[in-house]
Parts: sequence; structure tokens; C-alpha cells
Amino acid sequence: MARKRFIIPGVDKKLLVRDATKVMPDLTRRRFISGGASLGALTLLTGCDVVNSSSAEEMLKQVSKFNDAVQHWMFNPNALAPTFPESAITKPFPFNAYYSLDEAPEVDGKTWKLEVRGLVDNKKSWTLDELYALPQVKQVTRHICVEGWSAIGSWTGTPLRDFLKLIGADTKAKYVWFQCADKDGYNSPLDMATALHPQTQMTFKFADEILPRAYGFPMKIRVPTKLGFKNPKYVISMEVTNDYKGGFWEDQGYNSFSGS
Amino acid sequence: MSSLSVSNEQTTAAASGKAKVIQPAWVRALHWTNAFAMVLMIMSGWQIYNASPLFGFSFSPSITLGGWLGGALLWHFAAMWILMVNGLIYLVLGFVTGRFRKKLLPITPEGVISDAKAALTGKLSHDDLSKYNSVQKLLYAGVIIVGVLVVLSGLSIWKPVQLQWLTALFGGYDAARYVHFFCMAAIVAFMVVHVVLALIVPKSLRAMITGR
Repeated sequence: MARKRFIIPGVDKKLLVRDATKVMPDLTRRRFISGGASLGALTLLTGCDVVNSSSAEEMLKQVSKFNDAVQHWMFNPNALAPTFPESAITKPFPFNAYYSLDEAPEVDGKTWKLEVRGLVDNKKSWTLDELYALPQVKQVTRHICVEGWSAIGSWTGTPLRDFLKLIGADTKAKYVWFQCADKDGYNSPLDMATALHPQTQMTFKFADEILPRAYGFPMKIRVPTKLGFKNPKYVISMEVTNDYKGGFWEDQGYNSFSGS
Repeated sequence: MSSLSVSNEQTTAAASGKAKVIQPAWVRALHWTNAFAMVLMIMSGWQIYNASPLFGFSFSPSITLGGWLGGALLWHFAAMWILMVNGLIYLVLGFVTGRFRKKLLPITPEGVISDAKAALTGKLSHDDLSKYNSVQKLLYAGVIIVGVLVVLSGLSIWKPVQLQWLTALFGGYDAARYVHFFCMAAIVAFMVVHVVLALIVPKSLRAMITGR
């Protein structure tokens, strides 16, 4: 399941076309360029689909932004994700990341602190023991991966909205941006409406046990109204902000809202 | 006298010309828009399927769209707007103009069986393309229903929380994925038959392009 891909596979198409036209005889080159470098010719040259052309990519990005707005409009802050009995929990619950399990971050819970930044009254960092002392609730909900598969898990922790209230966060800000300890620096923005959803949770336990390394020790953000990649693990800091700061997968082309 | 006969001829020609329109412009425009959107949806859908296959096979990257999961999702969630808006206009016009009722009904088992037999023995008449035979009626009505189902099951996979009533209707998230897949398979099967038959009876293809 762990795989890492990029929209641009290491080749700049424009450069490639430019280089290719250089080696053509003059007349051919002129005709090729004046002919508007037909889409078919581009396909032959680059081995890429016409549909990978940058104008298509730009158009798709715009539609994705439009889809963010549509999903924001569709999002009902009171609609709860369906919950399930404990018997429905998927065993074993899959480990999923863009790296293998032995590459997963090993966080020392004794020295780890959750850093709080941005539009909040109290920017104090939180130790794990301090966070464990907060009231916790349990949810059994369906985790849906952007890849299509799903699994039901049991997560226990503090509703994020309670924590945001506790630290005096400006809940009129647009995003809560999470940064993580994953290799290559995972991060992801969460829109404020979703951050304030009653089921959005700072998770400390999976299946009633301290969150194991595979699922994001020491803290994961469980968001049952979003696809899995919007549920960051190994969280080290959160920032309340009005700026869209992008995210690990969002920057590569996954739809940013990705609501369920 | 002669001028009168000319004008008479013109009227007759105009009238018969009008009667000769087999596929009205709105049907043709919506048909080809739908074909375009369907192909985009199916090819990007195959790439999405490949990220987490439901069965023991994957689609060859040579027939998928998007290059990787993220690219395919962008295509899928862009083309869906074309498919849905176009499809909605088609459904509304189909009902309002009475086209569905006039063209697709009635469908009787006897009619389907006899027309299927006639088709397989090469005896089916294609003289009047404005009237669908029973097999056509069944397939066209069927693919419209499957088209509605593929959109609804797709929405229920996309929004299993916001549209959870719809997802529940399909038997839950995982079941909805299978429904979505089999609807796609039915549409692809329809398209294969549809294209082959259109090529066997090319004037039906011409009618969908020029209207006559």
C-alpha cells in the first residue's frame, strides 16, 4: 500500500520538447513549431498522454479548487459519521503510509511535546501526560483511504474542538495546520469547520491501548469526515492560521478538502 | 401556375425534410457530450480502481487516464460535472418532451424476444431509424437506468458521511464500491455492443451526427 508518486515524473515536458526540436532539421523544426506542436506529436515525443499537458493540469487544479468549495458547502457540521459496534472493527487494522513500518517515526513520549502556534491565546507546549489528563471519548468509525479501501477502527482521545477552546484558538481562522514527524515532513491543513466537528479528535489510543507506533504514536488527528490522508499521525505541532500552507499529499494533487 | 407548383414542391420538400430528422439537435449534442464524459470517467475510474483493486486484476496503464491515483481523481471529479449536468438535462428533456415515453415505451418481453431473433438471423429491418426496435428500447432504457445508478453509487462513495442515507441505500460504503464497479462494467458492455451495431448500420451513426 505504501507508495510515493509524483505528478511530474522527473521530466520537464516543455524542456524535453524544446530539446527535441533542437535536433530536428531546420525546416522540420519550423514546421513542427509553427504547426503548434500537434498534440499527437507531443505524445510521440514525450511518451506522455496529451492529457498530461500543463494546460490540462491547470484546468484540473481549478476544478479541484471548485470542488473544495462545493464540499465546504456540502459539509454539515452536525452530520456525524456512522459509528459501529466493536465487533465490526477490522482486524488487523492496516498500517498505511508512503514508507514501510520500520521507517515509521519513533517518537520518545517522555520528551515529545505538542507545539501550539498561530492564532491562539496560549502558545504553551503540551507534554503527553498533560494531554492524557484531558477528558477523552471513544469512537468506532470507518477510516476511508483515498485509494478506495476502508477499515473500521476504534479511536480514543480528546475532541479537537475542546482543545482549541482550551488554548483560546481563534475559531474564526480558516485552518488548523498540522506538522508531523514522518520522514520527508508530513503536514496537512484542516479547515476550521471540520476541526470543530464533534468527532474530530486528538487521538491517543487505538482499540483502548496507547496508540501504537504503526498508527501514529504519540498523537494522531482522527477525522472521520475526511479521507485517511487528512488524518495526520505522529503530530508534533499545530498552527491555527488563515493561510493555506499546503500539505504533503495536497501539494501533489490530492483534493485538499477531501471530505467524506 | 408553374410558380404555384414550385411553392407546393417546396412545402412538400420542407415538410418531408422536417420529418426526416431522426435525432433532434439536443439529443445529438447531449449524446456526444455524454460519450466524451463517459470515456473520461471510465478511463480515470480504471486508474482509481488500480489503487485498490476489488478483484484479482488491474487495468493496463495504457488504457487509463491520469497517470497515477491523484491525477485520475482530478480527472474523475472534473468529468463528473460534465456527466452529471449533461445527464440531468437529458433526463429532464427526455421526460418533458415525451421522448422517453414515445421512443422507449412500451417494452414487452415478446417484442424483445422476436426482435432479438430477427436481429440474430439478419432479418431485422432498419428502414425507419426514427422507431427503435424492442431490443434497442430495452438497451437504451436499461443504460439510462444504469447511468443513474452509476452516478448515485459514485456520489455515495464520494460522500459516505454527508450523503450517508444514500450510501446506506447501496448497502454501505464497501457494497457501494461494488455497485459502482458493476454499473461501469454494464456501461462498457453496452458501449461495445452499441458501437459495433452503429458500425454495422452506419446510417444510424450518421443520424446521430447530422440528425438525418
